Amino acid sequence: MALTLEDVGRIAHLARIHISAQETELALAQLNEIFAMIEQMRAVDTSGIEPMSHPLGGAQRLRDDVVTEDVDREAHMRNAPERQEGLFLVPRVVE
Amino acid sequence: MTQFHLASLAELSRLLAHGEVSSVELTRAFLERIDRHRDLNAFLDVRPEQSLRQAAEADRRRAQGETGPLLGIPLAHKDIFVTRDWASTASSRMLAGYMSPFDATVVENLARAGMVCLGKLNCDEFAMGSSNENSAYGPVLNPWDKGSVPGGSSGGSSAAVAARITPVATATDTGGSIREPAAFAGVTGTKPTYGRPSRWGMIAFASSLDTAGLMTVSAEDAAVVLSAMLAFDPRDSTSIDRPAEDCARELDQPVAGLRIGIPREFFGAGLRSDVEAPIRAALEVYRALGAELVDISLPNAHLGIPVYYVVAPAECSSNLSRFDGVRYGHRAADYTDLTDMIKRSRAEGLGPEPKRRILIGTYVLSHGYYDAYYIKAQQVRRLIAQDFQRAFQQCDVIAGPVTTSVAFGFGEKAADPVSMYLADLYTVPGSLAGIPSMSIPCGFGDKGRPVGLQLMANHFEEARMLRVAHRYQQATDWHRRVPAGFGED
Repeated sequence: MALTLEDVGRIAHLARIHISAQETELALAQLNEIFAMIEQMRAVDTSGIEPMSHPLGGAQRLRDDVVTEDVDREAHMRNAPERQEGLFLVPRVVE
Repeated sequence: MTQFHLASLAELSRLLAHGEVSSVELTRAFLERIDRHRDLNAFLDVRPEQSLRQAAEADRRRAQGETGPLLGIPLAHKDIFVTRDWASTASSRMLAGYMSPFDATVVENLARAGMVCLGKLNCDEFAMGSSNENSAYGPVLNPWDKGSVPGGSSGGSSAAVAARITPVATATDTGGSIREPAAFAGVTGTKPTYGRPSRWGMIAFASSLDTAGLMTVSAEDAAVVLSAMLAFDPRDSTSIDRPAEDCARELDQPVAGLRIGIPREFFGAGLRSDVEAPIRAALEVYRALGAELVDISLPNAHLGIPVYYVVAPAECSSNLSRFDGVRYGHRAADYTDLTDMIKRSRAEGLGPEPKRRILIGTYVLSHGYYDAYYIKAQQVRRLIAQDFQRAFQQCDVIAGPVTTSVAFGFGEKAADPVSMYLADLYTVPGSLAGIPSMSIPCGFGDKGRPVGLQLMANHFEEARMLRVAHRYQQATDWHRRVPAGFGED
């Protein structure tokens, strides 16, 4: 399996990364090399093997739905690129 | 005058306890060394007034009767841990100047024990890399040879401890990011069991692998700091609920009678002879100390790199989706609409390696490929982990090389991602299995560059692994060697 320039453009869009034509060419060559390396894993017989998502297994721990801390609004907003009246500003999304 | 930078943690603790030095004096001495060795580019953010404020607080606590082996001891944090008082960037342009509203749990735990932060350490961007060349703020130089890389991703941590500009550094390991730089810079690098140190406030890369750990001069130093660092954290959903323990409790026990497994797959054709010779010599030291060397096999270990480059990018693409230029982080100046703003902000803010991994991860998680790649990789991951469980029925710890070669030169692998990825050939299997593992200095290879011996133990057996490391360090002095120009003041 080899990716095409079109595939790379589609993946970059899904990943929400702007990519130039020149970068697409380089990414295509590198991704194909990486996927060629990954290919040997796909040949392994894994029938009946349970996927391992956590090295020590175990169920997802749930916590009680209680207030544990007060959030300092200013501390959480001071890194915002653009803000106004305690809100994060983004370009207009609804005309 | 005592050469503080050459003292062990135990010696520094004793000097502090006896009032022979204050934490403020100790902190100032290390801050001066950091300043003198700025050319290493190990630190990204140093704020002496904050460090000295913490040191004064440690001295005040001691004056009020508090004691503890870490009270007043300086350390530095890899810039993957968020801190209130120093910028937290993950070495990315995306997070330039980011000031966290909270401290990571690891940072908090060590501060509670009285440790004083000297600043934030350079690393590969979002901890993705094996040479520290992926930092947006320039590479770190290896104190042993400034023409070679310090390893990565925790290259600032390894270089800073090697140069003795901090006695301790935190680090993180996802596929080898503690052990490989520890080997390249001739220091002791310790990665505990996955899930034992909290991931809260550790800027996420691959959540099923990311593990906090340490760079120190010795295993003895690591044992003391690790004991304060490991704790259950309800804020981390994968944190393991086990009581705190004294990781130094086995240090005085011998290794005689222990079975050390030698994985034959780690001594294949790829291993360079200048690395193999010191590793074989180290194994002979263990034999002389009475340990039994056992031949073992990890038949699926060679699949580690392909599995890792599916699992880690998949999780990375999910974790790094938070960087959208809306609530924090870089925002592009020119864009047409919201989607374009996000795309351009990510294109400008993220470097080539994170972008590459996001693209791989997005693809393997996309419709139609999820089972063929991500699920498949998780299945092979289990096969690799099962190899270790079988091996640990035949041996108590595993020993072998950390890397195939000594540190490489700048630019040697930067243009070829796959060759860079293969630098983690021997470290990735342990990461996928989530077992504790470490690198300890065991000699020098080509061009006088350091070689590391890897030790691995089963889940939760940090104390045993540290004992095995410590006994070697009692019998040899490789870990006490200091690079030229960094020893005598």
